[in-house]
Amino acid sequence: MRIVPFLVSAAVTTGLVYALNVSWKIGGKDAPPFGTFLSPQHGFWQNAEPANENFSADLKFPQLAGKVDVYLDDRLVPHIFAEQENDAYFVQGYLHAKFRLWQMELQTFAAGGRASEVVGPKALDHDREFRRLGMVYAAEIALKEMEKDPVIKAECDAYTNGVNAYIESLTESTLPLEYKLIGYKPEKWNNLKTCLFLKYMSYDLAARDDDFEMTNAKSYFNVDDFAKLFPLIQDSLDPIIPKGTLFEKQKVFPVAPVNVDSIYFKNKDLSFAETTKPDRDNGSNNWAVSGSKTQSGAPILCNDPHLGLNLPSLWYEVQISTPTFNAYGVSFPGAPGVIIGYNDSCAFGFTNGGRDVRDYYEIKFKDDSRQEYSFNGQWMKSKFRVDTIKIKGGKDFIDSVAYVQLGNDWCPVMFDKSFSGGRSTSNKNYAVRWKAHDASNELKIFNMLNHAKNYSDYSAAVTNLHTPGQNCVFACKNGDVAIRTQGEWPAKWNGQGDFVMPGNDSSYLWQGMIPQDEVPYQYNPERGFVSSANQKPVDDHTYPYYLGRDYPPYRGIAINRRLNSMTNITPADMMALQTDNLDIAAETIKPLIVANMKEGELNAAEKKYFDILKNWDSRNEAGSKGPTVFEQFWNYFEKAVYDDEYANAPKVVLRPFFSTLPEAILKDSAYKFLDNISTPQLETLADDITAAFKKAVVDLQKIEADGKLDWEKHKATRINHLGKLAPFSRMNLPIGGGDRSINAAKADHGPSWRMVISLTAKTEAYGVYPGGQSGNPGSKYYDSFVDQWAAGKYYSLWMMTKAEASDKRVKSKMTFSK
Amino acid sequence: MKFIASLILTALLSFAACLFLPWWSIALAAFLVAALIPQKPGKAFITGFIALFLLWGILSFWISNANENILAHKVSLLMLNMDNPYLLMLATAIIGALVAGFAALTGSFLRKSK
Repeated sequence: MRIVPFLVSAAVTTGLVYALNVSWKIGGKDAPPFGTFLSPQHGFWQNAEPANENFSADLKFPQLAGKVDVYLDDRLVPHIFAEQENDAYFVQGYLHAKFRLWQMELQTFAAGGRASEVVGPKALDHDREFRRLGMVYAAEIALKEMEKDPVIKAECDAYTNGVNAYIESLTESTLPLEYKLIGYKPEKWNNLKTCLFLKYMSYDLAARDDDFEMTNAKSYFNVDDFAKLFPLIQDSLDPIIPKGTLFEKQKVFPVAPVNVDSIYFKNKDLSFAETTKPDRDNGSNNWAVSGSKTQSGAPILCNDPHLGLNLPSLWYEVQISTPTFNAYGVSFPGAPGVIIGYNDSCAFGFTNGGRDVRDYYEIKFKDDSRQEYSFNGQWMKSKFRVDTIKIKGGKDFIDSVAYVQLGNDWCPVMFDKSFSGGRSTSNKNYAVRWKAHDASNELKIFNMLNHAKNYSDYSAAVTNLHTPGQNCVFACKNGDVAIRTQGEWPAKWNGQGDFVMPGNDSSYLWQGMIPQDEVPYQYNPERGFVSSANQKPVDDHTYPYYLGRDYPPYRGIAINRRLNSMTNITPADMMALQTDNLDIAAETIKPLIVANMKEGELNAAEKKYFDILKNWDSRNEAGSKGPTVFEQFWNYFEKAVYDDEYANAPKVVLRPFFSTLPEAILKDSAYKFLDNISTPQLETLADDITAAFKKAVVDLQKIEADGKLDWEKHKATRINHLGKLAPFSRMNLPIGGGDRSINAAKADHGPSWRMVISLTAKTEAYGVYPGGQSGNPGSKYYDSFVDQWAAGKYYSLWMMTKAEASDKRVKSKMTFSK
Repeated sequence: MKFIASLILTALLSFAACLFLPWWSIALAAFLVAALIPQKPGKAFITGFIALFLLWGILSFWISNANENILAHKVSLLMLNMDNPYLLMLATAIIGALVAGFAALTGSFLRKSK
């Protein structure tokens, strides 16, 4: 033996193996351990799924009560046939995990404030904010409520067991790709994770508020200006429940506190907390037309929820067939059941209710220990929740959050000295009262909808919906169509919760909830259709309860206008409507812009762009240049109108909503804010329009030089990988639309599932979502629906019967048994 | 003859070991073969190197071919900043080859010098 060369060589080998077995920081990023990651038998190559993969398998699990057959079709949609209902949820959990595990876990980590465990210190603020909002607190309350219901508990237990059965089967080589890349392992699923996921949806859909920004706007502007900048009523509003509808007699009468003017409305104190917020346009379209308006004579139901677009998608298509129900639609990886879809009797869908159910109270603590707070003239004891946040590559972070009791509700003091969401300059304490903290059992809705046979089943199902409140649309084979603006909403006095409220006075607390039988709804209305698109649900003049502001009016107007005029409707007509790109705001406001442009002051280059605007048909089509010109112009126009008034405003402040300016100048061409208060002369509408257009042209020339004047190139709709890895994302999709079009496809947000269901004797169903059934970037099913979605095309949805098991669309068969 | 036998044996043993053990079991396999079938150190290194170069190269090519290179395109962009599946296979092959080469070299030094 040659000792020295042996030792040297052994050291080199060991060093090499070690170096290839640990992760390195390369260019500031964590690279996976190269040996593990590149090993063809362990690493990412194992995730390179054969293009002709057959997923057939014969699996045995002692948790099952009966037999389950799963047929995977040519789009990798599973058709689950179970002898026992709960076995179906076991298998759904197994399949969610098999195809979407990394996503499922990441979403619950994000929801529960554990993102730092995966991505390191950069997520600490996110984690603190989510924990301080009480996401885990809310999920724990929901879990308790859900587990009181034996049916739902059994459903969740089965689902959780199914997810864990898959997790237990994982080996180093079958681990989903992202775990290998980031270098961690999945943990066991549990029912709390399902609740956390559902709270994440509540966050996404019911945590939108502008309370701090509004508080500062109120403090900065005088009462008249504030009312003009943030009007409660939109002239153009075509509410979900049409004007003129009579409502139930009011039973809850919220009373404004006696000192509300001095302490609340006229208080000029500034608040400086900025919260992370879900997208303003987390909205959706849904409608159902009666048989009287369709060619077949059967109702058609349509729904397209607008959410953040990601790969893997939020949605997973599935058919679940059991002796008790047979449903098809999209499900949430992370929860059992079909969420939006149809069964053998009816179809159901949702749009977001969008009311403000998150309010803040300023809390006065006795001292920095936060042990006692002032409430109704007394010192009350707070409670504490201590959170340990684990951080990848760092020390644990311990955060203690005070909870204060406001009336019957314990509310987390989300913002205090130690945490301000990153932007506070204030030493104040703000507790958050969020409706999603209240006990509710949301999974019950979907369980009941999956089983629903008729209108009364549907009504009974959706009354369980507390948060996030939704406009629930329904259509049935017996001809019924309906919509209910469902949710448990606080009954507020006018203006309650628009601004931060004093937390030491019980008269500012929510005084009760709007009774469920006072929820506005429509059932087989005479006009032959029901619809919603996140506009204000009712006419403010006749509805007794306060609804706040910030409801986008335009998509609702466009949908109702078309549905009113349509007859003999076919599913193809509905697909065309869902993908319609008309910008109704532009259509309304463009004539006024054109009429007020001082053309004589435009040079040749500016005239060229003005001609594009003039000749634009107000449609946000791919290939059209008009939408880009309009958008650039509008940005500068809004600035020309409002920037002078906002020049000295606090940094955290609300700007007027989009609809405010068009509505104002259509009504009043001498709108107060048109004048630039920093110049001696009086600016007119024409001055502002022309000046804004000239500025926009400078940008437009740059955009054109980059070859991005076409709307879809400028907008650049993309579907990001959840981990923001560009090669796993789909960029620059050729799709028109935009936030004011029915086809609300924005840069990274839009129709996350388009569905058209014609309830003829044999249901005719169509759907598409921008993603694919597999969450594995190495699978051909990863993004297989994206191009179809971008092109505005649909797939025919197949409600399979057991007799069709030998159909050529069936590509694999999995069996599950004891 | 020894060269060919060592090469085949290293590849086979590596493949079998990796079915049950972590990736670095290729080093054990190459070490063992080199220790059992004596060759000159240089030759041993080359044997291990080529065995794993071929094994990992062919395996990754084979897997990726069935995958229509879907994932290799994406991962090459991610890791190499360029869209080149074959370069990724080459990188895979070289990493396996280097580890096995040095392990085989170590194994050969275990034997008495001739």
